Amino acid sequence: MARITAGVTCSHVPAIAAAWDEGRAGDDYWRPVFAGFDWTKRWIAENMPDVVVLVYNDHASAFSLELIPTFAIGCADRFEIADEGYGPRPVPAVEGHADLAWHIAQSTILDEFDMTIINKLDVDHGLTVPLTLMFGQPEAWPTRIIPVPVNVVQYPPPTGNRCFLLGEAIRRAVESFPEDLNVHVWGTGGMSHQLQGPRAGLINREFDTAFLDRLTTDPEALRKMPHIEYVREAGTEAIELVMWLVMRGALGEHAKELYRFYHVPTSNTALGHIVLEPTG
Amino acid sequence: MTDLSEFDDIPGTTLFTAQRSRKGYWLNQFCMSLMKAENRERFRADERAYLDEWPMTEAQKQAVLKRDYNAAMAEGGNIYFLAKIFATDGKSYQYAAGTMTGMTQEEYAQMMLRGGRSIEGNRSIKEAR
Repeated sequence: MARITAGVTCSHVPAIAAAWDEGRAGDDYWRPVFAGFDWTKRWIAENMPDVVVLVYNDHASAFSLELIPTFAIGCADRFEIADEGYGPRPVPAVEGHADLAWHIAQSTILDEFDMTIINKLDVDHGLTVPLTLMFGQPEAWPTRIIPVPVNVVQYPPPTGNRCFLLGEAIRRAVESFPEDLNVHVWGTGGMSHQLQGPRAGLINREFDTAFLDRLTTDPEALRKMPHIEYVREAGTEAIELVMWLVMRGALGEHAKELYRFYHVPTSNTALGHIVLEPTG
Repeated sequence: MTDLSEFDDIPGTTLFTAQRSRKGYWLNQFCMSLMKAENRERFRADERAYLDEWPMTEAQKQAVLKRDYNAAMAEGGNIYFLAKIFATDGKSYQYAAGTMTGMTQEEYAQMMLRGGRSIEGNRSIKEAR
């Protein structure tokens, strides 16, 4: 049977993509950012997932205002790299896992989550930045990816609790898939950041640290956190953190922290990264 | 009706609500068009003529021409859509965010290096905290 063996979260700041793609990863500004993933690179090489269910948000790349799915799932065999206005990133296309993705889609919909099924999806920095941080620049990505885009652009996004419940439903779906697969669930985006208006540049280290702590010590408190608290305390774009709760919901009641990295600044953003293991 | 008024109490912050989304629909759709290289070329060649192909308000067009991102947001623009404009200009999110704060690029970059804008005093207008 397929099983979820780890949860990973990570910010997906687009400037990381630019720094990597333009060969500036060794600069004084960027070196500590990439070094923060050295541990994870070693760990993941030894625990390589067959499939990653990658929860992220599209940034007006695949979805415009014409169509705004709250929860969606990429069920194709392959996803191309989006042109976000700078030209597509020079990274490999993403290979999906259509069998598991369709299984998760069917299972979660019958479990009363109204997922949007996607067969054509160009993926943007929200999905590719975490891959770069975890895997560098391979010829092909070493794992298959099931993209799960969540709307956090048009208010309102789903509540944190709803995201957590979806994570639980994804776990039930994965555990009922007959093939023996090692599956990770990744939540991306965050942490504190505000990209717009006179309050741009907001960073709240205390909020972020408490959020990282509570992923293991008190996830119940996180699932009850209302949108206003994310926005007020950590910035408009910090609301992306609800996506981390899909990951947390997928791990089950208890989880152990294996690794954590937190770094300010990454462009406008506090970069947060955590690796969790389900412990039953 | 969903009451979102408590979000208006957060200083210097605009939530992309249904109302703003409706107001900014064509501005944001224009921005989406800049994801195609040929449209970026046409926009660069004659910005005004390209904008005139879209059913946008004059205020929206002026905000784009002046790269006044606060004005663009007031007209219903969303930052992830507006990003297509500064991407076309070869500029970063940090550049664009900086222009919205009233700080110079250097001041904004320095603030971020010092750990970013503090939350103290930036939570609530009416409670001044």
